[in-house]
Amino acid sequence: MKQVAVAVVSGLLFGAGLAVSGMADPMRVQAFLDIFGTWDPTLAFVMGGAIVPMAVAWIIQKRMQAPMACDAFDLPGTTKIDRKLAVGAVLFGAGWGIGGLCPGPAIADLALAAGPALVFVAAMLGGMTLHRLLPSNRAT
Amino acid sequence: MTELFPQAMPLQGFSGGLLIGLAAAIMLLGLGRIAGVSGMAARATGIADSGAPRNIAIAFIVGLPLGALTAALFLGPVVTHFPQSPLPLVIGGLLVGFGTRLGSGCTSGHGVCGLSRLSPRSVVATGIFIASGFVTVALLRFGGLL
Repeated sequence: MKQVAVAVVSGLLFGAGLAVSGMADPMRVQAFLDIFGTWDPTLAFVMGGAIVPMAVAWIIQKRMQAPMACDAFDLPGTTKIDRKLAVGAVLFGAGWGIGGLCPGPAIADLALAAGPALVFVAAMLGGMTLHRLLPSNRAT
Repeated sequence: MTELFPQAMPLQGFSGGLLIGLAAAIMLLGLGRIAGVSGMAARATGIADSGAPRNIAIAFIVGLPLGALTAALFLGPVVTHFPQSPLPLVIGGLLVGFGTRLGSGCTSGHGVCGLSRLSPRSVVATGIFIASGFVTVALLRFGGLL
């Protein structure tokens, strides 16, 4: 129960941050990627702002034995830079540019612009399912 | 800044970014996990069967729209401009969904959490997806689709 509460608080702050930062607006995100148009640097400020508390959190994390609300850290340990990572990032970046949305803002926008956000989120879950159905990813 | 880039919101951007970073810090220090939205969404919907416990993923994902709504209630309407046609939403959504699973993360996991950890994988992924976004939007612009 305590863990669910911590996760809700994290999600709430995340969603509020997206709304405050202007990142809930697909046109503003697309304008950051539009270097030949009327470029809007706001997204760079959002990334900068988000990295500050997280950089501090990683320093604190190194000194902790376990997280505050559960037994152990469960963090990505892969260091391999492979084709999957690169191709995945290329495809994600293309979709991000076409729709002006990445997963966080798309889901947050379900509360702000339900219709179009739902179209994007449904397609996104479809894309995730397609990936899952690749022969190499089928559950055995 | 605002003279050079009339539509920029550096202050709102930075303060909203601080909230996002605080959210990710709570996930890391409280629950020992990366606040990666694509991974959490895949886990919450059952598309992925490894990762965060399902109840944690669902709680985090449900928090996103509720947090945006709360901000809108207290700070006034949040403007969103979506593409008029559903086509870019469908194509963009499919690519974002497939790409984030194949590449193990999106703007939050690789961008916010990975960059701040100086993870080489995340630095590479973030560089590639931003470059890919630049190229894609440039192609749309010169193709007359913007």
